[in-house]
Amino acid sequence: MTIESIATLENSASKVPSPLPSTRELFVGFLTLGMIGFGGVLPLARRMIVEQRRWLTPAQFTDMLGLCQCLPGGNIINLSVAIGLHFRGVAGALASLLGLIAAPSAVVIALGVIYQRFQDNPSVQHLFAGLAAAASGLLIAMALKMLMPILKKPLPLLIACLFFVSIGLLRLPLLPTMLILAPLSIIAIWKLPS
Amino acid sequence: MSDTLLALATIFSQLSLLAFGGGNTILPEMQRQVVDIHHWMSPQEFSAMFALAQAAPGPNMMVVTLVGWHVAGWPGVLVTSLAKFGPSSILTGVILHLWQRFKDKPWRATIQVGMVPMTVGLVGASAALITEASTRTWGLAVIAAVCALIAYKSKVHPLWILAAGALLGLSGIGQV
Repeated sequence: MTIESIATLENSASKVPSPLPSTRELFVGFLTLGMIGFGGVLPLARRMIVEQRRWLTPAQFTDMLGLCQCLPGGNIINLSVAIGLHFRGVAGALASLLGLIAAPSAVVIALGVIYQRFQDNPSVQHLFAGLAAAASGLLIAMALKMLMPILKKPLPLLIACLFFVSIGLLRLPLLPTMLILAPLSIIAIWKLPS
Repeated sequence: MSDTLLALATIFSQLSLLAFGGGNTILPEMQRQVVDIHHWMSPQEFSAMFALAQAAPGPNMMVVTLVGWHVAGWPGVLVTSLAKFGPSSILTGVILHLWQRFKDKPWRATIQVGMVPMTVGLVGASAALITEASTRTWGLAVIAAVCALIAYKSKVHPLWILAAGALLGLSGIGQV
């Protein structure tokens, strides 16, 4: 082994915080995350990936999450794909993604079966009606929390209202609405700083 | 049957690539497709499925799996999951390679900031539609309002709020 190749090896090793996770470890890691992540997986994901298993440094994690947030799809879903791909290529990406959605898929289908079987029972109807109302309350709270930071900025607020009216009230299809409004929104915020 | 699966694949692969800002932004379009256009379920059933998905662990887009299962059973689950998670994952993989190159370019931040108002508007629209379908009686409207207030004001775990809502619902108060 030449000195150069040893130097390269050490160099690449120093960039990696811990031994590379195997495909199996990626699957198990994200499977665990999918099982315990009630209500929001992201804080748990950071703890597992950065603090416990040390797959990524804090800076790497933030950078990857930044990427995943600008792409379509759930950011934790995209993050699992990005991390899997980063360490083990396509096989790693598949292992991470399948691990993440395996347990939640099973649970959600089980809940669906229960709901369908007991749909005609008045008590069960009331129970699920209450659950649905509570879930809509959570969504309202989330929308309000997201609205607060832009409430006093006229331009972003106007753009948010445009999207709300066209999708929520006029029920326009999403694809053409987005193709027109999203570039306008980016240009407006870029050219007219508020 | 295969027409249904094809429709599911078309709808969810499109939604997969439109879900900027996370899954909740595409709920209105999903509801429009499965309720208004394809008549696979009522708005109330859609809201119930959304609620079930919220009560399950994991990423918040599990409503997709449930819709697939409701419409076409196990093949539906497979098709919707592939269609929902496939295209956005492939895009993530492709962009990941380009990412490092454009890391410090200012336009990246511009796009990110420019899309925030869109996300806010779309999540607001989701909240309006889901609430409209799931609060048909005054009792349910009260549950939604109280849960919204608690979730907004406090840091109570969402699962407790869902459980409290389900229990209040079980009492049947204001649901006649």
